[in-house]
Amino acid sequence: MEKTILSIPSHLVVIGGSAGSLHVMLSMVAQLKSNANVSIVFIMHRKAAADDLLTPLLQSRTKWPVIEISDKDPLLVQTVYVAPADYHVLIEKDFTFSLDVSEKIHFCRPAIDITFESAADLFRHSATGILLSGANADGVEGLIYLKDRGGICMVQDPETAEVPYMPKQAIEKVAIDRVIHPDEIATYINSLI
Amino acid sequence: MYSRKFDIKDEEIFQLLRDISDWYGYDFTEYSKASMKRRILRLINLDNFANFNSFRNRIKLDEVYFLRFVEEITVNVTEMFRDPKFFRSLREDVLPNIAHHSFIKIWHAGCATGEEVYSMAILLHEAGLLEKSLLYATDLNAQVLETVSKGIYPLRHMKLYSENYINSGGKFDFSNYYTANYDNVKFSKFLVQRLVTSTHNLVSDGSFNEFQLILCRNVLIYFEKQLQDRAIRLFDASLEVGGYLALGSKEALKYVDVYKRYQHVGKEKIWKKLS
Ligand SMILES: C[S@@+](CC[C@H](N)C(=O)[O-])C[C@H]1O[C@@H](n2cnc3c(N)ncnc32)[C@H](O)[C@@H]1O
Repeated sequence: MEKTILSIPSHLVVIGGSAGSLHVMLSMVAQLKSNANVSIVFIMHRKAAADDLLTPLLQSRTKWPVIEISDKDPLLVQTVYVAPADYHVLIEKDFTFSLDVSEKIHFCRPAIDITFESAADLFRHSATGILLSGANADGVEGLIYLKDRGGICMVQDPETAEVPYMPKQAIEKVAIDRVIHPDEIATYINSLI
Repeated sequence: MYSRKFDIKDEEIFQLLRDISDWYGYDFTEYSKASMKRRILRLINLDNFANFNSFRNRIKLDEVYFLRFVEEITVNVTEMFRDPKFFRSLREDVLPNIAHHSFIKIWHAGCATGEEVYSMAILLHEAGLLEKSLLYATDLNAQVLETVSKGIYPLRHMKLYSENYINSGGKFDFSNYYTANYDNVKFSKFLVQRLVTSTHNLVSDGSFNEFQLILCRNVLIYFEKQLQDRAIRLFDASLEVGGYLALGSKEALKYVDVYKRYQHVGKEKIWKKLS
């Protein structure tokens, strides 16, 4: 029991991405270091497909365990969690995940908004939301909510984004704390110790 | 989406759920809280309540509104042949092993609007088993069960369902199973005839029959651990030895002691009861 309590991360980084976000994540996870006191939840828009390779692909690049979230999975430190296709992801007060198949938001399930909001409720100022490349409106509302609760809001520098719409929307509508270059995301996460 | 007009505290939600249990006998206190909070805030927004208290009072005083609460708080989203691989596994790993029964009883617990039940009826038909099968479709939400017994669904979903059907190993023309009428389709009578619907609450109701196969997919994700255990025990008590239990693609039996008497079958979330 004690071990589980100790292994809850003190900081949570939720990363939301759509078109053009995969290669950013692939190079980012490769640079993760072992002294960070943090976990990552990655919400990526994609079609529900039988051969969803996102998790094994990320795992092939990093020493951190990469886990596709199942119902009631505990949130543990130094782990990359991936939202399963076709499920929204929420985090409960006891630091376990819960899944939800309710209505799509901005045509998306998983929706980035939902996990940003849930992370904000639990981690408050120790939550960071990062919005990557994408063509969708999802994520902006969630960033606003996160900001209201003291969380840290970042977007991928639109100049570097394959599809800049998503980060640009966020910059227009939210007081973003940092516009971040893709190469610096890992450096930022590694600094959370 | 969360409302930013006002926030509600977890204690307020929990108190409301306890009150609802007292007022109406529906107990939602052991539902996953994060998702319950979202559903409640969504409904408060949807129905334009000025604050949490007026929402609470409406539920307390207006029985009809309480029914709306149940309908909106539960997540009734479903699909035909959702996770085609799962239905393929039913065809290959389960149906051949229950085919020898002279009468096959199947329970869909938390069936929502019944798309999964019709998918199952089609599988049984294609395996030549439908005529000796009965499918019990239950849900806590009485409203959705009306759709189940009618067998009428929007035409616009049929393209996806037909793709899912083919990916599940279906070899026929999916549109043979229904007749289209304007924006809707109605599933054939020989499918509808094998369905029985009833309300059943997994929180408070007991076992009502013995089955060869029980499906409860994407319902347990809304329950906290203790309530999940209760539901699993109920399924265990309602399943004959040699019968099968099927859960949603992200759900598992692993935290319950019942697990020891079950064997995982195939690659999907299907278990066989050994003893
Ligand atoms: C997301 S749907 C699942 C539909 C279908 N099984 C599927 O996987 O597509 C969840 C259903 O569970 C029902 N449900 C929730 N709580 C329940 C309870 N305590 N007892 C019975 N059904 C319940 C809801 O009303 C809803 O229709």
